[in-house]
Amino acid sequence: MADLSVKVAGVDFHNPLIAASGTFGFGREYAEFYPLSVFGGISTKGTTLHPRPGNPPPRVTETPAGMLNAVGLQNPGVDAFIREELPWLSGQGTRIVANIAGSAVEDYCQTVEKLNPTCVDMVELNISCPNVKEGGVQFGTSAQSVYAITKAVRDVCKKPLMVKLSPNVTDISEMSVAAEHGGADAVSMINTLTGMRVDIHTRRPIIHNNTGGLSGPAVLPVALRMVWQAYQKVKIPIVGLGGISTWQDAVEMLLCGATALQLGTVLFTDPYAPVKIAQGLSEYMEKNGVAHIADLTGGVRPW
Amino acid sequence: MGKYDSILCKITRAEQLTADVYDFTLEAPALAVLAQPGQFAQIRLPGHALRRPISICGIDRAAGTLRFVFQVRGQGTAELAGFRAGDALEIMAPLGNGFSLDLSGKVLLLGGGIGTPPLLGCAAHYGKNAIAALGFRTREAVILEEDFQSAGAETLIATDDGTYGHHGLVTELAAEKDFSAVLACGPAPMLRAAQALAATRSVPCFLSLEERMACGIGACLGCAVALVGGDGREYYGHVCKDGPVFDSRQVLL
Ligand SMILES: Cc1cc2nc3c(=O)[nH]c(=O)nc-3n(C[C@H](O)[C@H](O)[C@H](O)COP(=O)(O)OP(=O)(O)OC[C@H]3O[C@@H](n4cnc5c(N)ncnc54)[C@H](O)[C@@H]3O)c2cc1C
Ligand SMILES: Cc1cc2nc3c(=O)[nH]c(=O)nc-3n(C[C@H](O)[C@H](O)[C@H](O)COP(=O)(O)O)c2cc1C
Ligand code: FES
Repeated sequence: MADLSVKVAGVDFHNPLIAASGTFGFGREYAEFYPLSVFGGISTKGTTLHPRPGNPPPRVTETPAGMLNAVGLQNPGVDAFIREELPWLSGQGTRIVANIAGSAVEDYCQTVEKLNPTCVDMVELNISCPNVKEGGVQFGTSAQSVYAITKAVRDVCKKPLMVKLSPNVTDISEMSVAAEHGGADAVSMINTLTGMRVDIHTRRPIIHNNTGGLSGPAVLPVALRMVWQAYQKVKIPIVGLGGISTWQDAVEMLLCGATALQLGTVLFTDPYAPVKIAQGLSEYMEKNGVAHIADLTGGVRPW
Repeated sequence: MGKYDSILCKITRAEQLTADVYDFTLEAPALAVLAQPGQFAQIRLPGHALRRPISICGIDRAAGTLRFVFQVRGQGTAELAGFRAGDALEIMAPLGNGFSLDLSGKVLLLGGGIGTPPLLGCAAHYGKNAIAALGFRTREAVILEEDFQSAGAETLIATDDGTYGHHGLVTELAAEKDFSAVLACGPAPMLRAAQALAATRSVPCFLSLEERMACGIGACLGCAVALVGGDGREYYGHVCKDGPVFDSRQVLL
């Protein structure tokens, strides 16, 4: 096996694959398939200061080469996360990225303060959830507000801070610059693209929230383009995600500028995807004489 | 292996039961050992991001096989129907919690349409102690009647149009019967009737529910269902992990 290790914002990951927030819960269900150390890290389900019940069903549906979801940040709250999930998760041999969401700046700050004394390795600030009225997306859609929330959280956060960006903006590279200026140690992109499907017999949107977030292979080209654009503007590392489902997709994402990767929807198609992608990456590196994953980052040769 | 796994399995038998219902048997010895009636599988379809949840209809541990009976409802199930014996399908199974297998006395199995298959495993388990009241749209849509009979269950059929068996509802078939528990799977109106029937007789009742799914194992929180807790408070549980079989007193239909 080639050396797959990467460093993101000072944190060492033994491989570049991180489970994407909301697709992996707190890891327990996937531990039936393999040791969670098949992942370099796990981004946990978006956690808020207080528990949230989530949206009414239907919350998910398949779409061509992807899916829509509007789970609505159902989660047990940060205290329960720390008390009930973290002790187990921290023994699994993988880095823990705590994904947090909120409806006000103070919510984010208080949530982070509760995470400061814990063993989480990194905080991922979700300012891009499209599925709840106050899911933080209002912080993620203008450069000014991205800067302001990043700065406010940075001031209280003692962990490496990664800001997760929304693709539902005109220029995502501006948002990545704003996050960098606000003090982010890394950015992750992309969250889901807002979308909609309609049942033509009932004339009802299939998702009860009417709209949902699109993810899966359908969004890969959009994600690649966005990571590539942001890579040209920021110095902080980019964690690339959106539609990665094969090792070839993973290589493309690295070449477009990603330092590490997240896998989401592909886990629903094939829970063993991280094992196969790590294997494929390793073989690709050996075949092409690539010593470190970092040597691939940003290596695309644009025309 | 854990409680479930995702494995590529060979189809040993693929048959068509009615105009739109298919019956597959898959070679899956490692999964058959773990499976219980009422649990389900997430079937992977090439080219699709999400798998299709289909109930386990039969478990043959000796032969190492699982049986699935499904209806064509949309694109995915139409593609599934195109598979043949000898082809391979990747299935994640067994998932969720099955039906109670420790009930005493006579157990009433209420099945509606494509809700019938998951009850066959219960008929196999309860045998002579099972009464199966199965409802279908019309004569041509009747499935699995002989299977329930050969499992030993007293098998009663109703059709909506009266072309076969009792003309009317399955709950009407059950009206004259004595039973000490109800297990039901079918469309929402039938489940409501099952819930009401069990309440009138003061017997336990378990319902198998459906919801759109992504992960199938409790990680994505996609398959939410409104439930009531013991304290009367409403909350969202998840069909794949907390169900698909629920105590009817928990379920808001
Ligand atoms: C626990 C469980 C057990 C099931 N057991 C059986 C069974 O034994 N036999 C059988 O014929 N059917 C069963 N179903 C229903 C079956 O999953 C759907 O008919 C099937 O997913 C439809 O897929 P499609 O691509 O043909 O339809 P489409 O409408 O094209 O599917 C679009 C998306 O919606 C989802 N979807 C659509 N309808 C349903 C539904 N009713 N339930 C869940 N997801 C749905 C699909 O999975 C897919 O993601 C079960 C459902 C659940 C939740
Ligand atoms: C069911 C589901 C739930 C999600 N929940 C969250 C969440 O809580 N927080 C978050 O930051 N992103 C969430 N996401 C977005 C994913 O983390 C990821 O950004 C997106 O799905 C794109 O990657 P993918 O195409 O690999 O899935 C969710 C996605 C899905 C499909
Ligand atoms: S389908 Fe993911 S939680 Fe049920």
